[in-house]
Amino acid sequence: MPVINVDDLTDKDKALMEVTQLKREVQLQRWMTSKCCEEIKDYIQAGVDEDTLVKGISEDKNPFKEKGGCVIC
Amino acid sequence: MTTIAMGEMEQLRKEADNLKDQITAARKAMQDTTLQEAAASINVVGRVQLKTRKTLRGHLAKIYAMHWSTDSKLCVSASQDGKLIVWDSITTNKVNAIPLKSSWVMTCAYAPSGNLVACGGLDNMCSIYNLKGKDGNVKVMRELAAHTGYLSCCRFLSDSEIITSSGDCTCVLWDIETGTQKTIFAGHQGDCMSLAVSPDFKFFISGACDFTAKLWDIREGTCRQTFGGHESDINAIGFFPNGNAVITGSDDASCKLYDLRADQELITYQDSSIMCGVTSLAPSLSGRLLLAGYDDFNVNIWDTLKAERVGVLAGHDNRVSCIGVSSDGMACCTGSWDSFLKIWN
Repeated sequence: MPVINVDDLTDKDKALMEVTQLKREVQLQRWMTSKCCEEIKDYIQAGVDEDTLVKGISEDKNPFKEKGGCVIC
Repeated sequence: MTTIAMGEMEQLRKEADNLKDQITAARKAMQDTTLQEAAASINVVGRVQLKTRKTLRGHLAKIYAMHWSTDSKLCVSASQDGKLIVWDSITTNKVNAIPLKSSWVMTCAYAPSGNLVACGGLDNMCSIYNLKGKDGNVKVMRELAAHTGYLSCCRFLSDSEIITSSGDCTCVLWDIETGTQKTIFAGHQGDCMSLAVSPDFKFFISGACDFTAKLWDIREGTCRQTFGGHESDINAIGFFPNGNAVITGSDDASCKLYDLRADQELITYQDSSIMCGVTSLAPSLSGRLLLAGYDDFNVNIWDTLKAERVGVLAGHDNRVSCIGVSSDGMACCTGSWDSFLKIWN
């Protein structure tokens, strides 16, 4: 992989790099946003029931449960 | 600059603007709905009230970064008291307290294997520590030096490779064994502030002070996509759990979700009452919640589909600088300038 020393780049080098990059990006095949939104919704719905931060967790199943008070026997 | 050189620069600038307009038009052409419209029939998630379950005390100064181990139990934190501490989040015990050469630390990371941790900051270096050395002592294994600016973030791909982001506007893929740069990812026009690796380890995203986020192909060494829209520095970045979308947090007080396949923003998380910058963010396991830390000492919890605030984590006495959700999604950890870490669920 060629090693670029960014400090050595002139303003023109940077401008050229930007144009080269934009030419690459303009070619991108894009999906319709509706299709992407459906996928995100589906992914969330499939996992939300197992999502502790959304559904909560019972004290006895919670590995982080606060310790009970001390009992001196 | 000579007149000829000025003419060339002007031409390049015009060409760049023209290409940007083309990209904007191409994106608009694929925009047949917003995420809010698509989720209109879904109810807002119920109020989220997380409690502090543990407070990790031990740092003596501001905490700047934390990262969970993949085992969802251990985590590492970095503080400007010059220490990296590896915590057992369940017992709150300190498993390791590693003194650093430079106390100006800005980031830390836990390797997926659990064998190594890394950190770096104003020393412009990324230092790798072996937690599983033979004699039990934690020592510096490598010092990765080549960045000409501060180290803002680092993330391991494995025990042999790590990616760093820097104030020198580049990100670098390193070979830890040889201590050399494998690939330099250049293109951002401002300090790189944060990075995140995709769940399949093929891509990473970077957020920078040029207000953009970039998606990079790790093996090709190229930038695939650039996402704009923020009106200030991007301080925090993360992948949506399915790896197909990116979430950014900015000094403009908003978070945005960009879809990689649509190549555009799908939704913005903001509220007129929030006027301070986002410092850190983490999605919950399913992606339904977005936890974001702000300069006003709070963490706001957003319903990602409805862009509504559904909860607040209030408990720190200073800025929340870092946040992370464990891999199994059971808990969220916040780190603060108040020197404490808190575990919530």
